[in-house]
Amino acid sequence: MSGSEQESAHRIIHRTVERVARESYGRLVAYLSAHTRDVASAEDALSDALVKALRAWPRDGVPENPEAWLMTTARRSIIDHVRHEQVAKASEPTLALLREDSKEPNMTLSPEFPDERLKLLFVCAHPAIDPAMHTPLMLQTVLGLDAALIAHAFLISPTTMGQRLVRAKTKIRDGGIRFEIPQERELPERLDAVLEAIYAAFGIGWDDMVGVDQRGRDLTEESVWLARVLLRLMPQEAEVHGLLALMLHCEARRSARRGPDGRFVPLSEQDPKQWSLPLIEEAERHLGEASSRGRAGRFQLEAAIQSVHAERGRSGRTAWPAITLFYEQLIRISPTLGTQTGYAAAVAEAEGPKAGLAVLDEIDLAAVSTYQPYWAVRAHLLQRLGKTPEAADAFDRAIGLSEDPAVRKFLLQRRG
Amino acid sequence: MQFALLIFEPPEAFAARNADENDPYLGAWRAYHKAIVEAGIFVGGNPLQAPETGTTVRLKNGKRRVQDGPFADTKEQLGGFTILELPSLDAALEWAARCPAASIGAVEVRPVSPEYLRRVTG
Repeated sequence: MSGSEQESAHRIIHRTVERVARESYGRLVAYLSAHTRDVASAEDALSDALVKALRAWPRDGVPENPEAWLMTTARRSIIDHVRHEQVAKASEPTLALLREDSKEPNMTLSPEFPDERLKLLFVCAHPAIDPAMHTPLMLQTVLGLDAALIAHAFLISPTTMGQRLVRAKTKIRDGGIRFEIPQERELPERLDAVLEAIYAAFGIGWDDMVGVDQRGRDLTEESVWLARVLLRLMPQEAEVHGLLALMLHCEARRSARRGPDGRFVPLSEQDPKQWSLPLIEEAERHLGEASSRGRAGRFQLEAAIQSVHAERGRSGRTAWPAITLFYEQLIRISPTLGTQTGYAAAVAEAEGPKAGLAVLDEIDLAAVSTYQPYWAVRAHLLQRLGKTPEAADAFDRAIGLSEDPAVRKFLLQRRG
Repeated sequence: MQFALLIFEPPEAFAARNADENDPYLGAWRAYHKAIVEAGIFVGGNPLQAPETGTTVRLKNGKRRVQDGPFADTKEQLGGFTILELPSLDAALEWAARCPAASIGAVEVRPVSPEYLRRVTG
């Protein structure tokens, strides 16, 4: 091969390795850590295997089943590492892995290995792990996202995020957290934690607070991908359909949120022709799937609210009374600041600003000292009631709490 | 705990200080200050005049050295500082992200050192 032919062959292999890594990272980490519970070692072993691939594949050719090659190589790396350390101290699950390995001395490539990602997702959202770390853990171990990128998204220094991730993984390994699908009894609550963690990633991406990751996708795309993986693994769960429906409805309106000059466009002023019809239709299909399973939940209700908003594309109107009804149910099962504020805004549209303000007044002021949406809604309602100085104050609070310059500009203009 | 937010701004931000009442950057700063005060976390702080007004003093080998201009010759310059009382660095970083300067310049967050203050002041 000529020098330049060799170079482009290398580049193709590099890209192949990257592609396999991207698509298979979560499956590989999940399988490698499912028995040892040692997620950090699995990740290290996989990194090692990827480096080895970059060296071996240009020389020996890309294997027929690259994923299996990586899995086998990573497993060997873990076993070698354990042998190198004091084997006597090895944990029972690692010893089991060693025994399994000794049965197949030739390490023939097994074409399929089970998808343990569902167990890994439940592990990441385990109650014993700091709730603030559920989403970062998922993003790193299931999606293989760079720890520094995750840190930026969560407004934490990369070093601190690295330390917290290590601590969480150590807890998984040493704290007796089992790699298993929860029992029927605990499933709803445990599943909810998984869904919350995926939705949290979506929320961060939604606020445009992170750029594009090393896979060329942003956090909203990554979290939709995670939800789809979860749905494939748990197709019978209504709330998983609900979460996907919610995210797809939001994604459908994404490009309508900003004007051509980058200015912020609130939902009420968006042109429905800019909403993605295919995404709305897919969202509606999932919402239908969810309701046919008869287990109501928080994400289905949130998706239902977004569905009513999407209706404006067909009917030209927003059915605010329907939205307030959904919020009333939502508040019963999930009385967060978000749902209470959303409810107040809906009541204001359905019954007038005074009624909306009355709902806001029920919220404890101390709880909203840094909650921007409360102040934005309050400012809007006070303005509609003609209470100019109080409205200006509330606008200032909302502006001062906003991170996005486009949102600040919009509120400043509204304030007058 | 007290955290200092050191505010670094590009030349455009300093130029905008004389802009009219409707300037969005000025509006954003007014709102930010209000939000900090109403949240009960504002301890103190001040904007500084533009970097050209700075004069830097050193003593080198016992000799006075006075230089026109700020300490460092960087594009973004110190424009002011704010001291906030907050429970954690995480909270301070959230407020730093809301600071209008964060989207056009940079905000350095550093904890105040009460230990060293005690040593110095006795």
